[in-house]
Amino acid sequence: MVPTFGFIHIQFLLEGAIWTVILSVCAFLGGGLMGLLIALLRISPIPFVRRLAAWYIELVQGIPLLVLLFTGYFGLPAIGVPVSPLLAATISMTVWVGAYLGEFWRGSLEAVPKAQWEAAECLALTRWQRMFKVIVPQAVRNATPGTVGFMVQIIKNTSLASAVSFVDLTRAGQLINNSTFQPFVTFVAVAIIYFLLCFPLSVLSRRLERRMARGMAKA
Amino acid sequence: MEVSLDFSPIFERWPMLLDGAIVTLLLSVAATVSGFLIGTLCAAGRNSRFRIVSAICAIYVEAIRNTPFLVQIFLIFFGLSTLGFTLSAITVALLALTINVGAYTGEIMRAGFDSVHAGQWEAAECLGLSRLQTYWHVVLFPAAERVFPSLSSQFILLMLASSITSQISVPELTGNANYIQGVSFRPLETYLVIGVMYFILSVIMRQIFNLIGMVAFPRRRRLGTPL
Repeated sequence: MVPTFGFIHIQFLLEGAIWTVILSVCAFLGGGLMGLLIALLRISPIPFVRRLAAWYIELVQGIPLLVLLFTGYFGLPAIGVPVSPLLAATISMTVWVGAYLGEFWRGSLEAVPKAQWEAAECLALTRWQRMFKVIVPQAVRNATPGTVGFMVQIIKNTSLASAVSFVDLTRAGQLINNSTFQPFVTFVAVAIIYFLLCFPLSVLSRRLERRMARGMAKA
Repeated sequence: MEVSLDFSPIFERWPMLLDGAIVTLLLSVAATVSGFLIGTLCAAGRNSRFRIVSAICAIYVEAIRNTPFLVQIFLIFFGLSTLGFTLSAITVALLALTINVGAYTGEIMRAGFDSVHAGQWEAAECLGLSRLQTYWHVVLFPAAERVFPSLSSQFILLMLASSITSQISVPELTGNANYIQGVSFRPLETYLVIGVMYFILSVIMRQIFNLIGMVAFPRRRRLGTPL
C-alpha cells in the first residue's frame, strides 16, 4: 500500500530541516572564517599573497557548488581521508562560502575611509591593532546587510548536499516522494519550509540596508 | 597512503565531456535570453499601476528567490508528470532555469529602472509617449547599461547553476561526469577535470559579456563609465 502524505511526513521533513539548519550554520561559521582570511589576504601588502587570494576567489567562483561537493565527497576518500556526508558538505561549502564572502568583505574593508587607516597609523597602532580595533569594526557595519543576504544563499545551497546523500530537507522530500508518489504536495511542503527559513533573513537584510542608507544620508 | 592520480580514463571519454559542455552552454544561453525577457517584463510589472499585476510579480520574485533551485526543479519535473504533462528532462531544465533566473533578473532590472532619473520618465510623458514607448525608447537601455555588471554575473551564476539539472538526469557536463566517474572509478580526477572545464566556461562567458557590453553600450566603450 502506498502511504499518503500526512503528519508523519511533515515530521520527517522538519527533522530534515533541522539538518539543513545545522549544515547552514557549519557552512557559515567555516565559510566566515575562510572569508575573513581571504579578505585579509586580499588586501595584504605583499603582492604575491594578494594575487594568490585573488586566484582562489576567481577559481572557486568559476566552479559550481555541486562540483565542489562531489569533489569533497568522492575526492577526499580517494586520497585517503574518510569523510561523513556532513563533514564533506561542510568542507566543500566552507571553500565555496569563503570565496564569495572573502570577495564581498574585501570590498567592505576597502570601503572604510582612507583617513581611518592613516589615523590608526599615526596613533602608532600595529598592523594587527589597526585592523582589528579600527578597520574591522567599521567594516562589519558596512557588511552586515549583504552578509545576512548571503546567508539566504547558504541555506538554499545546502539543498545541494542532498546529492551527496546528506539527509537534509531536500533529501527528506525526495525520500518521501519515493514512498508516497505525491511529488506536488511533498515538494511544495519542502519549498514552504525553505521559504520560512529564508524569507525572514531576506526581509532583515533589506531592512538593515535601508537603515544603513538612511544613516549615510544623515551623515 | 600513496595517492596516484590517473586522468587517462577520463580523457579517453573526452567526446562525452565535450557533449556535456555543449549542452551546458546551450542551456545557459537559452535560459539567459528567456530569463532576461521574463525578468524585464517582471520588473516592469512591479512598477505597474495595477495592484494585482505588481503583487503577482512581487510574489513570483520572493517565492523563487527564497527557495532552492533544486527544489524548484524537482517540483516542476515530478509535479508536472503527475499532472499528466510528460516533458523531457532537458525541457524541464530549460523551463526551471528560465523561471529561476527570471526572478533574479527581475530584481536586478527593477533596480535599473529605479535608477533612471524621474525627470526622464516625466519628459517621456510630456512628449506623449505611451508606457510601452517610454520603456522601450527611454528607460530600457540606460537601465540595462547601469545594471549590466550585475546582470552578467547573474548569468554566469546561472551557467554554474545549470549543473544542478544533472539531478534530473539532464546529460550536461556534471551529468556526464557523474556517469564517467561511475564507470571509471576515478571520481576525484573526473570532478577536477570538469571543475577546470566549468572555470574555463565561466571565463569565456565573462569575456563574451564584456564584448556584448562594449557593443551594446557605446557610452561605456567611449567614456569607460556608465551613464
